[in-house]
Amino acid sequence: MSKYIVSSSPHLRDHVSTRRIMQDVCIAMLPACIVGVLLYGYRAAVILALAVAAAVLSEKFYCKAAHVKDTTGDFSAVVTGMLLAMNLPSTVPYWMPVVGSVIAILLCKMIFGGIGKNFINPALAARAILALSWANVMNTFAEPAFGNLAGVDAVASVTPVSGVASGSFTLTQLMLGNIPGTIGETCKIALLVGAAYLLYRQVISWHIPVAFIGSFAACYLIATGFDVHATLYQVLSGGLILGAFFMATDYSSSPATAKGKIIFGLGCGLLLFWFRYGKKTPAEWCSFAILLMNVASPLIERVTGAKSFGEVKK
Amino acid sequence: MATTQTFGGGVHPHEIGNGKTATRSQLIANAAAPARVTIPMVQHAGAPALCCVKAGQIVNMGQVIGEAQGVVSAPVHASVSGKVVSVTNCVIADGRTVPAVVIDNDFEDRWDESVKPCENVDALGAEEIVAIASSCGIVGLGGAGFPTHVKLNTVKLDPKPDTLVINGSECEPYITSDHRVMVECAAQIIDGVRLAMKATGIKCARIGVEDNKMDAVEALKAAATEGIDVVALPAKYPQGFEKMLIYALTGRKVPNGALPGAVQCVVLNVATCAALSAAVREGKPLIERVVTIAGRVANPCNLRVRVGTSLMDLLDQVGGLTDGVRKLIVGGAMMGNAVPSLNLPVTKTFGAFLALGEEAVSAEESACIRCGRCVRVCPMGLMPAKIDALVRHDNYDGAIAAGATNCMECGSCTYICPAKRGLTQSCRIAKAIARSKKS
Repeated sequence: MSKYIVSSSPHLRDHVSTRRIMQDVCIAMLPACIVGVLLYGYRAAVILALAVAAAVLSEKFYCKAAHVKDTTGDFSAVVTGMLLAMNLPSTVPYWMPVVGSVIAILLCKMIFGGIGKNFINPALAARAILALSWANVMNTFAEPAFGNLAGVDAVASVTPVSGVASGSFTLTQLMLGNIPGTIGETCKIALLVGAAYLLYRQVISWHIPVAFIGSFAACYLIATGFDVHATLYQVLSGGLILGAFFMATDYSSSPATAKGKIIFGLGCGLLLFWFRYGKKTPAEWCSFAILLMNVASPLIERVTGAKSFGEVKK
Repeated sequence: MATTQTFGGGVHPHEIGNGKTATRSQLIANAAAPARVTIPMVQHAGAPALCCVKAGQIVNMGQVIGEAQGVVSAPVHASVSGKVVSVTNCVIADGRTVPAVVIDNDFEDRWDESVKPCENVDALGAEEIVAIASSCGIVGLGGAGFPTHVKLNTVKLDPKPDTLVINGSECEPYITSDHRVMVECAAQIIDGVRLAMKATGIKCARIGVEDNKMDAVEALKAAATEGIDVVALPAKYPQGFEKMLIYALTGRKVPNGALPGAVQCVVLNVATCAALSAAVREGKPLIERVVTIAGRVANPCNLRVRVGTSLMDLLDQVGGLTDGVRKLIVGGAMMGNAVPSLNLPVTKTFGAFLALGEEAVSAEESACIRCGRCVRVCPMGLMPAKIDALVRHDNYDGAIAAGATNCMECGSCTYICPAKRGLTQSCRIAKAIARSKKS
């Protein structure tokens, strides 16, 4: 045996690994999580911790039970846990993030084969199941109280999406996030900082967020006769920013080709417009728009199959 | 100015390791001729040369020791003068065992009488230049080793090629041998380009050089004559691949499965042009080449090395290996062959020897996360992860339908994969299956 390794080329590998990508996503979500805790108090921190812990432990449990290699080291379960918690109101009972994470990891990720094999975004799917099962709890939001870590008692507040007709909030409030909403979705500034980091680190590409937000905004502009204020209000309301940058860009449930990503983003934007425009239902539809497109993703990828360099007209 | 036109995708492997910095500004030195050379009969693409000397025979430097067999083949010449010890077999970098001639050097460097400078180069016609390229055993020095006389012989081509594409991009990390040749032998390269233009009847030549070698661009520009353009290209792997280079320099895309001739191009490497000039002007057959020795060696450098010199002798001249060597690589870090031992001869296509450490050892692979990076970097516009998944499910027809046979094996997908999967390797399997189905 030679003491030198013989293997086929290429012999160099980029530094980027699955683990580093997932850690980058965690870093990108941190600002929004921190602001969430500052706005909604210690309950938000507990919910985040419970969701992450439950996600990691359920993946560990599954790997052990199924006799497969423990994959929790790749940080993807941490991402799922964080995302789920960011999608929950701070007022939910403490068992809810745990149940949600277990659903996300076991039911939506591991039984399909684990990382890369899930056809829908696990955190979103879990959120949808929670929202449909415990609609009351999931639609009760706390009033924000910046810096008041003791938090505020649960109050049924109007969210920006449901209160759009009355124009309850200013655009500045929507940007800063001192409005009722889920833990991680309200502060758009924090979310955009994280999104910029993801784009800079090339963890995500611009295609899906731009197509998603762009098509939604374009439809709203046209439908409202170019009411810029109403359109901006819609774009900054609910889970659109969080969804477009952090959830619709989930690798395994979105197409891999650039063209596919744009179609995927357009689909999300159009669905969300259809769900939201002129409706008064308080439910947050962004998750459902993304989930529906998740299911369409394999089909999109098939019809947008990459065109090879030398495929030229004869 | 760099041209803005380049292929989609690509990677930047220069950022790993010390890249080209160790050797890029050092002058080429002449390696000492070794006491014994082992010259393989296979140093080119096509039919192996047939050995025409016997053990005990005295040979001169530049004497033919292996005759070309057929059109796509090239003769092999003695790189030293001395006595043939044996006609045997040796292992070459790609792992094949091939016939070889072992010669003991008498250190007289006695040129063969067939090696004579040309009296009047301007009087040579196209056919004569092609004949010299053939008899001097000139092959592509970029790595593929395709016999140059076949490329230059455009008589039967229809449509006639109209552009001579000269490859000076050298997009592999670590390697600087072409870079140094361009800086130090620019006039010889331009002379070779002019001879190639004459041989092919092409009026327009374009030399593509990556913009991380602006000194080479300047040197070539200063030496260039009418009809020869020197173009700086964005530094990006695999810019030096034939199809990518033709696209960058002419905007033409070589159709899948076709050769450059399909888009009226002939492609030659810069070092090949320099060798062509030496062959035509001085009558010198191809018996030496410039080799980059880099990575974990005491003194990384570029050496002009006789064909047949063993890696062991070569390493002695650069102070040997340093600590932590895990992989020995002949050729580039992206496309080269990992070899198990130093008992290998330098051949005509041997552009570099790299001793790499942990940086060349891949981490354990994990599940594909469908991040799409491989799709983004594939210069051929394929979906490597999809091909990989199909191959791992033994669905070779599916992989071939997904375009696996268009893969050039540049390795960009495997390089970029965060899950450390062998995507290029899967494409290779699909290509091998496709070849076996054809035959």
